[in-house]
Amino acid sequence: MQPIALEPILARMDQEIRDLAMNDPLMIGIHTGGAWIAEHLHRSLAIDSPLCSLDISFYRDDFSRVGLNPRVQSSSLPADVEGREVILVDDVLYTGRTIRAALNEIFSWGRPSLVRLAVALDRPARELPVQADVVGRKIELDADKQAKITRDGNGVLNFEIVTRVP
Amino acid sequence: MSDSRSIPSDSAIQFDSHGRLRHFLTIHGMPRETLLGILDTAESFISFGQREIRKVPLLRGKTLVNLFFEPSTRTRTTFEIAAKRLSADVINLSATRMSTSKGETILDTVRTLEAMHTDMFVVRDSASGSSHLIASHLPPHVRVINAGDGRHAHPTQAMLDMFTIRREKGGFEGLRVAIIGDILHSRVARSQIHALGTLGVDEIRVIGPRTLIPTEIEAMGVRAFSDMRAGLRDVDVIMMLRLQRERMEGQLVPSEQEYFSRYGLTEDKLKLASPDAIVMHPGPINRGLEIASSVADGEKSVILSQVTNGIAVRMSIMATLMGGTDRENGPVTP
Repeated sequence: MQPIALEPILARMDQEIRDLAMNDPLMIGIHTGGAWIAEHLHRSLAIDSPLCSLDISFYRDDFSRVGLNPRVQSSSLPADVEGREVILVDDVLYTGRTIRAALNEIFSWGRPSLVRLAVALDRPARELPVQADVVGRKIELDADKQAKITRDGNGVLNFEIVTRVP
Repeated sequence: MSDSRSIPSDSAIQFDSHGRLRHFLTIHGMPRETLLGILDTAESFISFGQREIRKVPLLRGKTLVNLFFEPSTRTRTTFEIAAKRLSADVINLSATRMSTSKGETILDTVRTLEAMHTDMFVVRDSASGSSHLIASHLPPHVRVINAGDGRHAHPTQAMLDMFTIRREKGGFEGLRVAIIGDILHSRVARSQIHALGTLGVDEIRVIGPRTLIPTEIEAMGVRAFSDMRAGLRDVDVIMMLRLQRERMEGQLVPSEQEYFSRYGLTEDKLKLASPDAIVMHPGPINRGLEIASSVADGEKSVILSQVTNGIAVRMSIMATLMGGTDRENGPVTP
């Protein structure tokens, strides 16, 4: 296990999102890791609209292979996405399939005027044409490795590289 | 309860060799975690009513047949809405035995529909054990949901009742629950008793005329009352049953007036229950027979919430059964 320093990643994401100069953005974190990162950014950027979170389980493309996640969370979009500028936040951008599912879900709630993507880690192995607008850090990992984010009882986030259990 | 003896132990057929839920036929024998998993997933489907597009693509391209050999409006409709919100294609076949009246057996009817690539059957029939029979004769990738079989079981109704109780009461621990009416002939009551027992309420009571309470019910850990006033005391959840009018003809019940005065839920009797008690009914309601209109429409009634919750619970059950179906066709690479 190899820890990844989170502070510089969050600082860079914060700055790059400011640089996008979005108009009254609506921040949506993807459950679970993305929602945790979004909590930090929502605070540091002092975004007015309430933070939203998305569980994309019902939109995944592997439902008929692996079934439903036993712990599906309710998506929570307290604000109306119709016509809004959305900043979508996730922990790791890898194949791009999660983002595809998240976009489908967002559109089931309404039609945003634009969507930007911010990720903590960009791991290049895309299977879909999806790119992030904001990247905390680029990282290359062996196929059997995985970047995993956890949160302890005090709300402190930890990012580390672990070997994937087959 | 007398009917269940003639039916094979149908809990095992509900699971595949990996322990995944494949059919939903009875609550009897189902583990607590399975029931809680269904309730948790249903919770995440509840928010769907608020969306611009009330649909998720989980069952896109799948075909569901509502096979109703017994009349039903709300159960069939909520199954249809639930399946459509999951993006399945739905076919409704509701007639009295349809082709079966032409001499085709129920299994031939089902096999014919299966040959048209049906993925899931929702079955209601007046014979106990029909959905079990159908499930045991279909290929392993086809799912069956019991929407009520004779006097045996109505497991999706019981699950939406459990979901409603959990939402209203926050959980099951410490609750006193009374089921009132014709317990003997009720598949709803049977499934409710199994579910309440598995989920661990404090006390289950049944209230009704002695002629309509199965003699062996206390062996299921249930307290039986023929005096409604005694049975209602300090109860947190009141689950009314629909009284089938044909029971009157069988002389199991006296007159309608006498039934209502002894077992009808009135505001006066409701005062005996816990002050924050809720009143439930699976519908359709016989106003003035088993429940007074003022109670059915009153502030303690959650009858319409039950209907709304029924959609989320049935979505949850369908999604749980249909997930991971590809794995039966061979190993899956991550």
